[in-house]
Amino acid sequence: MSPIQEIIQKVSASHGTERIALLPILQAIYKNNHVLTEEDMIEVARELDISAAHVYGTATFYSFLETQKSGKYIIRLCKTITCMMHGKNIILQELERLLKIKPGQTTPDGIFTLTETNCLGQCHKGPAMLVNDTPHTDLTPENIREIIDKYRREALQ
Amino acid sequence: MTKNLKRLDLIFKNEGDSEVILGKTLARSNEELISDLIASGLKGRGGAGFPTGLKWRLAADDKADEKFIICNADEGEPGTFKDREILTSVPHKVLTGMAVCARIINCRQGFIYLRQEYTYLIPHLNNAIEEFHQLMKKFKVDFEVKIFMGSGAYICGEETALFESMEGKRGEPRNKPPYPTNFGYKGKPTVINNVETLAHTYSIFKYGPEKFRDLGVKDSRGSKVFSVSGDTPIPGIYELEFGMTLQKFVDDFGDGDAKAVQVGGAAGFCVPRKKFEKTIIGYQGKLTGVSLPTGGSMMIFNSSRSMYNVLHNYLDFFVEESCGQCTPCRVGTQQLLMGIQAVKRGERPSTYLDKLLELTEVMRVTAKCGLGQSVANSFSSIVENFKEEMIY
Repeated sequence: MSPIQEIIQKVSASHGTERIALLPILQAIYKNNHVLTEEDMIEVARELDISAAHVYGTATFYSFLETQKSGKYIIRLCKTITCMMHGKNIILQELERLLKIKPGQTTPDGIFTLTETNCLGQCHKGPAMLVNDTPHTDLTPENIREIIDKYRREALQ
Repeated sequence: MTKNLKRLDLIFKNEGDSEVILGKTLARSNEELISDLIASGLKGRGGAGFPTGLKWRLAADDKADEKFIICNADEGEPGTFKDREILTSVPHKVLTGMAVCARIINCRQGFIYLRQEYTYLIPHLNNAIEEFHQLMKKFKVDFEVKIFMGSGAYICGEETALFESMEGKRGEPRNKPPYPTNFGYKGKPTVINNVETLAHTYSIFKYGPEKFRDLGVKDSRGSKVFSVSGDTPIPGIYELEFGMTLQKFVDDFGDGDAKAVQVGGAAGFCVPRKKFEKTIIGYQGKLTGVSLPTGGSMMIFNSSRSMYNVLHNYLDFFVEESCGQCTPCRVGTQQLLMGIQAVKRGERPSTYLDKLLELTEVMRVTAKCGLGQSVANSFSSIVENFKEEMIY
C-alpha cells in the first residue's frame, strides 16, 4: 500500500470513503507531507471514485492547503486590520530579516515557510501568528527572535 | 474613566451543573422548550439574527429520516474572537444546546465546524466531547458530536458554503431557498447555529426565558458577547446588554480619542464619532436612532488612524476571501480596491468615489451571498463619512 493510501484508509475509518471524506483526507495528507502533489490528488480521486478535477478544485480553494511544498514550519502572520494597527509590518520585516525570505517563500534549508494570512481571531493580542497549529500572540521584534530560534533548534535536533 | 455599562456574567459562568440542567431540560416536552426559546427572543448571534426558536421548529417540522445539527465555529470575521473563548471556557454549554436541539428536531449526528486557525483547541474540545458522550449514554440519548475542520476560508462561515465544504467541495455558497432547515448538509434538514447562540440556549433552559428577555431592548433581547479590539486600553471579550448607544460603549472602552468604531467586522458598518450618540447596538427594529446588528466585533479607531488604510485592509480581505463564484463579488471587490487606489493616486477624480458607491449598491442587490452583499456596508459607511481621507 502506498503512503497516500495508508493516510486515506486511516481517515476513511472515521469519515467514510465517499466524497464527504475529501477535505479531511486532503488535510491529513497536507499535514503529513506539507504539500499536495498532482500524483496525490489523482490517487485520492481514484480511491474516492471521483474526478481528479474535483479533487483539484477542492484542494486549491482553501488557503490552508497548498500544492507547493512548504517548510517544516509554516509561519502564518495575520495581516488583518487590528494586527496591522498594532505593528504587523515591523514583525514582518523582522521575520524577513531573520529568515532571509519574503512572504510566499521557503528557507533553502526547508525549515520555514513564511506567509501572511487573514484574521486569526487573536485580535485582542495582536500582532499574532500561527506556526503550524500553534498561535503566538503579542509579538514584538524581540520575542519573535526567540520564537524562531526555538523552532530552528527543534528542527535541527 | 467611569464605567457605565453593566458587565454580565451569564455565558462564562460555570457552575458545573450541566448534567442537572441537561436532565431537567430533557424531561420537558419539545413544544415547551421551543416555546421557551421563542419567548426568550433569542436571535442568532453570528450576526444575521434569525430567531433561534423558529429555526429549530422549522427543522423539527420537517419529517425527513436523517437530520443534522451543526455548530458554526468558523469564526472568521475580522475582529471577532468570542466563539474561541466560549469553546475554551464553556464547551459543555454549547454541547448541551446541541443535544437539546437534537432531541427536539430528532437527529442523531451533530458537528462542530471548527476553523483551522483554532486547531490547537482540538484536544481540549475532544475531552469535552468525550465527557459529553458519557452523559449522552447515561441519559440514553442516541446523539454523537464530531469535529469537522475547516481549511482557512472565511466564506465557509456562510452556512451553505459550510455545507459544501463538509461535503468535500469548494466552499461556494448555494442559492437560497431552499433553506438549511429543509435542505442543508447532504441535502438533509439541518439546524446550523453559531457557538454563542447555542451557549445562550443553555442559559435560557437553566434560568427560563424571562430572565433572558429582561435583558436588552425590544427586538434585541438578552446579552451579547463582544470582541473588543483596536485602539482600546482594555481589548478582550465582554458580555454586555443589547441596546447600548455606541457613545456609552466608547466611553467605557475607548482610549479617549476614538474617531470611529467598526461594528460587525469587515462586513459591518463604520460609525464616525458624530453618530456615536445616535447609534444603538442591537438587531434591526428602529429605536431612537439607527440600530446596528453585530456578530460581536467592535473595532475602535482613534484619530491617529487613516481610514483609507482601514478600508484598503478590508478590501484586501474581501478580494482574497471572495469565493469567486459570482461575478458581482469577484470583480466588484477587485474594482473597488483598484478604484480607491486610483483616487488616492490622483489618477481618477474624487467624483469616481460616487461611481464606486453605485457599484457597491449593485453588489448589494446582485451578489449571491452575504459576503458580496455586505461589502457595501463598510465601503459606503467609510467612504461617505471619511471622504476627505479617501482623496487626500
